[in-house]
Amino acid sequence: MDISAGDTAWVLVSAALVLLMTPGLAFFYGGMVRVKSVLNMMMMSFVAIGIVTVLWVLYGYSLTFGDTGNGFIGDLKNVGIGELVDKVATNGAVYPIPALAFAMFQLMFAIITVALISGAIADRAKFLAWCVFAAVWVSVVYFPVAHWVFDFGGAEAGGSGAGWLANKGVLDFAGGTAVHINAGAAGLALVLVLGKRIGWPKTPMKPHNLPLVLLGSGLLWFGWFGFNAGSALGANQTAAVAFTNTMVATAAALLGWLAVERLRDGHATSLGAASGAVAGLVAITPACAFVAPWGAVVIGLLAGSICAVAVGLKYRLGYDDSLDVVGVHLAGGLVGCLAIGFFATREVNTAGKDGLFYGGGWGVLGTQALGAFSVLAYSFIVTLVLGFIIHKLIGFRVDKDAEVEGIDLDEHLESAYDLTSTVGGVLGPRTAKASHMEVSA
Amino acid sequence: MRLVTAIVKPFKLDEVKEALEAAGVNGMTVSEASGYGRQRGHTEVYRGAEYTVDLVPKVRVEVLVEDDDAEAVIEAIVKAAQTGRIGDGKVWSVPVDAVVRVRTGERGVDAL
Repeated sequence: MDISAGDTAWVLVSAALVLLMTPGLAFFYGGMVRVKSVLNMMMMSFVAIGIVTVLWVLYGYSLTFGDTGNGFIGDLKNVGIGELVDKVATNGAVYPIPALAFAMFQLMFAIITVALISGAIADRAKFLAWCVFAAVWVSVVYFPVAHWVFDFGGAEAGGSGAGWLANKGVLDFAGGTAVHINAGAAGLALVLVLGKRIGWPKTPMKPHNLPLVLLGSGLLWFGWFGFNAGSALGANQTAAVAFTNTMVATAAALLGWLAVERLRDGHATSLGAASGAVAGLVAITPACAFVAPWGAVVIGLLAGSICAVAVGLKYRLGYDDSLDVVGVHLAGGLVGCLAIGFFATREVNTAGKDGLFYGGGWGVLGTQALGAFSVLAYSFIVTLVLGFIIHKLIGFRVDKDAEVEGIDLDEHLESAYDLTSTVGGVLGPRTAKASHMEVSA
Repeated sequence: MRLVTAIVKPFKLDEVKEALEAAGVNGMTVSEASGYGRQRGHTEVYRGAEYTVDLVPKVRVEVLVEDDDAEAVIEAIVKAAQTGRIGDGKVWSVPVDAVVRVRTGERGVDAL
């Protein structure tokens, strides 16, 4: 098959957009932690780019899209991915784009899924333990789960062997299950392994830099067009549908979160706007190519308001899911995956299904629930076991003194902001920040 | 001689400085401070969780004056720093035994 220049350009640009989401996530998370741990928080995302990329080329692509026919995990025939040069992408259908463009696009999903988990264990994880975890987790959890959902068979010429959830007809256009529910469940498991931060929830651990959080959510939003619209693997109508739904659901979720805050707390906050947008992006991810724009508005409003409430659960349950990976990604991912059961329509995408509101009955919802909860259960259990093994072998947590003094200094021998030495430049409105630094540095 | 110390809201610093200059004060020392009085700080809400911020950022202004000028300087500071809302701060003065200008060794009122 000939290569389509337009499709290839779009998929390559989309891959770069999705890569940008990980630094965006680093800003989003980094602004939410305290001054003494912002570098470690951002480093957990950045190092994931390094680790996952190397493993993806070595064996990750092959395990995810390899063709064994067992439905659970791929084979090792594409180790090194050099074999992909000169081939076109085949995944359920044949796409007029280079197989390497497809491989790089999919790599970016693996990277950000790992990075997402780090928000649950802010301020307290040994950097080396995180690196080991990232490498093993992506191998034993992400690669198989992505195979279940994203492999539609035929990654090699003439091959079959789709993932078992793809075979069941679970609809997940861009990764509500494999990325968000997966990362959310893993985050919850790691919180159980590492325990709460010293002083949580009594010691105030408020975000140190909300403009950084807003910058991060803006970069995530921008990059997410690659994530969702790029998943069409071509510059076509489906991509435009995904693009549209990504925009409107995110806007609605932003408003939904702010509405809950205004009614419940009296003020609409900037952190709420940033969080609402991300919740909307998460929820629309699996549904973006299967629902009409009005459905996307409803999904966005649901995601924004449900996640705004869900982030409060950790205080009742006593789990220090520091940056609400569970409350945003697991909750938002479930909202999106299950919403497909109601809002999906073949009027938008003939490759999709008709949900409950389009006369499709309860079957679609059942299939979606099977997909969502299979991924949730597998990810949670395997992560829990893996986390405990790493904790026993090399220790997952920094020692108490290091945690109190600040993980940036202990793990990286750096501090993020050098404001205390700018004599004469610290007066005025920045007083609060400078004094906060002196306390924690 | 007296040392007048004022704890004021940070955004009032410029007005206090101008008022002191208008009152004939030649120098001052300004430093960051944090604390609370009867207003007991405030609360902030992040993702629905409330955080109490006890120590509120303030600016501390210190001025050395002659005994006779103290009351006028205090008045000038209070007038400039007042918003009428809680957290406006405090001003006090204490007697000072000795003042030396480091450059020349001058002492007492000559050193002001």
